[in-house]
Amino acid sequence: MKVIIYDKPDKSEEEVAKAIQSKFPGTVEIVKITPRNIIMKVKREGFLDVCMYMKDEVSFEHNSCVTPVDYLDHFTVVYHISSYANHLMAEVLVDLPRDDPTVDSITPLWGGANWHEREAFDLMGVIFKGHPDLRRIMLPEEYQFHPLRKDFQVGRRV
Amino acid sequence: MSEEMWINMGPQHPMTHGLWNLRVRVDGETMTAAEPIVGYLHRGWEKMVENRTYPQIIPLADRLCYGSSFTWSHLYCLAAERVFNIEVPERAQYIRTACIEMQRISSHLMWLAAVGTDLGSYTILLYGMRERELFLDLMVELCGARMTYNYVRIGGVRNDTPPDFERNVTRVLDTFEPRIRDLEALCDECETFRMRTIDIGKINAADAMNLGLTGPSMRASGIDLDLRRHDPYEIYDELDFDVCTHTDGDCYARYRVRMDEMRESVKIIRQCLEKMPKGPTRVKVPRCPPKGTAVARVEDPRGESLMYMVSDGTDKPYRLKVRSPNYVNLSASPAMLLGNKISDVPAIMGVLDMCIGETDR
Repeated sequence: MKVIIYDKPDKSEEEVAKAIQSKFPGTVEIVKITPRNIIMKVKREGFLDVCMYMKDEVSFEHNSCVTPVDYLDHFTVVYHISSYANHLMAEVLVDLPRDDPTVDSITPLWGGANWHEREAFDLMGVIFKGHPDLRRIMLPEEYQFHPLRKDFQVGRRV
Repeated sequence: MSEEMWINMGPQHPMTHGLWNLRVRVDGETMTAAEPIVGYLHRGWEKMVENRTYPQIIPLADRLCYGSSFTWSHLYCLAAERVFNIEVPERAQYIRTACIEMQRISSHLMWLAAVGTDLGSYTILLYGMRERELFLDLMVELCGARMTYNYVRIGGVRNDTPPDFERNVTRVLDTFEPRIRDLEALCDECETFRMRTIDIGKINAADAMNLGLTGPSMRASGIDLDLRRHDPYEIYDELDFDVCTHTDGDCYARYRVRMDEMRESVKIIRQCLEKMPKGPTRVKVPRCPPKGTAVARVEDPRGESLMYMVSDGTDKPYRLKVRSPNYVNLSASPAMLLGNKISDVPAIMGVLDMCIGETDR
């Protein structure tokens, strides 16, 4: 077996950002490009297509993290997706309305997202469509609340 | 064909190293399905930090994992510094890098000790713990605590190194370096250790990458990737070190990668001491950061750990998300377990270096 080596980046941050932007002009909005980091906003409807393109064509091999953030008027799910070949990490922001926090699951693409999405469902109540096993992971099954939401009453100082 | 049966290994089991449960379905002795269950130690860390000011979170970050607490408080401070938008003095960066590597060695030694007991060699436990104590003593000298240091600060480190610190570190490294060979002799030349690790828990490079494995477990599958070189932080881009890889992808390869990494860490600490400049070790930071988000990721002894911080301009973080490398490595463990015998579970899970404190948060 051979060792897979990633010594030099294949493409620069601008090239990667431009490739994704030009493929999905209406869906993707590049917010900021810093060294080894791209921040972009993606509409919920085309999100899975963008991810598929990122994985297959721009060699984003690894999903680092899935973070739901509660901004009170909406949810934002932040995906950190790393590209080993291009030496960078993309921060993909997907806004969800508060009354319908549903987004396509990326677990079929990156298996590493499995438990992150389960945790996001458990603690924040975001529903991932197409997830193979969307159950609570940290809290007991019978709990009725999602404690990381900002309107969750903790009672005493936690 | 016998009937298949589900077995709970945990939450109280000598194999688990903490509170978690591994449900396995066995056909005779062969595992046909596996499901890790976590959450027994969930403390609500991410909710807790939303009610703490920024400096109050540093000791909490230490307690995410007692085995590598320095890396966690360092990662938190790194993310906070990006939110506050401040530069750390150069001397503080060198001290941090040296400490991270000492932490990596002591974490790997504790892992080796645990693997030793899992695989039935008490000698490895005693030798591993003995060498680890050398590094813990150095940290006591530096900051007064053995395991939860509370030493990194947003904008630097708490105090400068004590006098003679450099001499003492060099002494410890000179003692420790030949002893790595002794530790290897205990494992490599032990027939039972090899029988229980070689060709056990195999995972190939494509699966390892897709399932999100990081750190030594991924490098053992033949992927040459280390965030210290790939996405350098602190002063790693000025240092000269190798990334240790192995191609077999079994438990033995994961063990080899960690042993080699300890040698590289020794090399890095020596370089840090050599190049360390004089100067201040800490800068003043304001109480409240500007609005914004920041992300930081580092190479933990166990893999890629990441923190994502959202600030709303007050003195408390609006949201702080922790990506624990172990959480994802554990979710990938069924791929390693399937097809192996049930007696291989301690070897496979032991070599993963479990730490439930950071997994459940």
